[in-house]
Amino acid sequence: MSGSNGTTINVTLKVWRQAGPDAPGGFEVHQQAISTDASFLEMLDQLNEQLNDDGNEPVAFESDCREGICGTCGVMINGRAHGPQKATATCQLHMREFRDGDEITIEPFRAAGFPVVRDLAVDRSPLDAIIESGGYISVNAGAASDANLTPVPKAAADTAFDAAACIGCGACVAACPNSAAQLFTSAKIGHLGLLPQGQAERWSRTEAMVETMEEFFGSCTNHGECSEACPKEISLDFIAFMNRDYLKAKVKNRSLAGQR
Amino acid sequence: MPQTTGERYRVAPVHRRGREWPFPLNLYQTAVGRKWVMALTGIGLIGFVVAHMIGNLHVYEGPARMHEYAETLRTIGGGLVPKGTVLWLLRAGLLAMFVLHLHSAISLARMSRASSEQAGLVSGAKKYPGGRDHVAATYASRTMRWTGPIIALFILYHLADLTWGWWLDDDFVPGDPYHNVAESLGNLPVAILYIVANVALAWHIFHGAWSMFQSLGVNNPRYNHLRRSLATLVAGLILVGNLSFPILTQAGLITEDERSCPVGEVIGNACLAEQAKDH
Repeated sequence: MSGSNGTTINVTLKVWRQAGPDAPGGFEVHQQAISTDASFLEMLDQLNEQLNDDGNEPVAFESDCREGICGTCGVMINGRAHGPQKATATCQLHMREFRDGDEITIEPFRAAGFPVVRDLAVDRSPLDAIIESGGYISVNAGAASDANLTPVPKAAADTAFDAAACIGCGACVAACPNSAAQLFTSAKIGHLGLLPQGQAERWSRTEAMVETMEEFFGSCTNHGECSEACPKEISLDFIAFMNRDYLKAKVKNRSLAGQR
Repeated sequence: MPQTTGERYRVAPVHRRGREWPFPLNLYQTAVGRKWVMALTGIGLIGFVVAHMIGNLHVYEGPARMHEYAETLRTIGGGLVPKGTVLWLLRAGLLAMFVLHLHSAISLARMSRASSEQAGLVSGAKKYPGGRDHVAATYASRTMRWTGPIIALFILYHLADLTWGWWLDDDFVPGDPYHNVAESLGNLPVAILYIVANVALAWHIFHGAWSMFQSLGVNNPRYNHLRRSLATLVAGLILVGNLSFPILTQAGLITEDERSCPVGEVIGNACLAEQAKDH
């Protein structure tokens, strides 16, 4: 690539290796010389090519778009979900954030609901289970022009958009000392619950998504680590919104007297 | 440990949902509902701590006013109910709040522990073998599960010390709070214990009084910045007020030296009652 200002740094990688979900895991140490222009995942690609050339098993990790919008990538880097740079997914982290001689510890996102598939890849399907339980609307929004006929207050549109920025990477769960998924779930509930199109299922959605979440994840104690780790900087305010809506949902969704 | 099953490689639930209870009780079956209970009982308990602290400030007005305060607590409700009835009702409510606060905290902590266990790793609290970095969590928020038990044990000690008089033996005079406080907190190790416990209490409230707003969904962008200030203020007031008792007793401010009435059962202590009236 032309116009490169990168220098080459030498880093020591401590990478978590684990052959399968129930296999014992441990750290493996590798040395890498890498350009500071490289992204973190390109550094892992380079490591894997070396491992391949040497006839070793490459490190399994997930990535897809590599432009910070799909939520597929995500590892713990030096004890932080997605690494040291704020509001940045692992794929958008670059080696210029590190110095020559740094030791970099790379671990998978950890939670009981995120069992390790192999090495750095974890199964985040519980997040899909939460979405499936209520992350949809049944309103026929019609064609693009019809959708625009529904008035949405500016403040609601802005806030819903902030929530919709969630890419579902699971960093919030990984960073949470309680392995709670409140930030993810509340972003989805906030995104749909703030918009007029989401009102029909607002209360059934909130109840279903919270209760599915609680089958897999822990209980929020308001540390705030999730929001800090979030590559999209989803605000803790959505958790408060969800907590309020959950109580309302329980009141509204109850069977009336004599129907139970 | 989660099991993976099926063609779609689904993760099996970590916690199983039981049969749903009827309406208001079903809230307590979920973690979000339990956080509501924890927040509401937390408000009640903070209310008690503040009232207890303010009431105890009467100790600085001498034995007579302290006696009057203790009597007043027993006569809430006036002549409508037998003496002490309202106080016992308040105590029952306090105990209920305490039990609910404790039960929700313990059960949610267990839930979070189970949610953090991973195959091949040490079970229990969330572990990253390579170490982890806390960015946002305060020291107070991370020590709630330590300060909580410290406060619970201290409350038992405090009741045994100044309500039941287990340790003061013959020096304990039921119904003469001024005398009992002077006797108990005049003891340096006891004073230190009270200081440590009240630092833990203020520390607990520093996180709790902020956290409850989130749990209750009280969130308004215009006022959110005030939540932390309010929590700091409440924790600070409780800290200053409650620490003053052991410290000033040690400094000799709460002392029996200048006492003009005899130490004794307040009920029928005519001298103390007379002094309180003249006040």
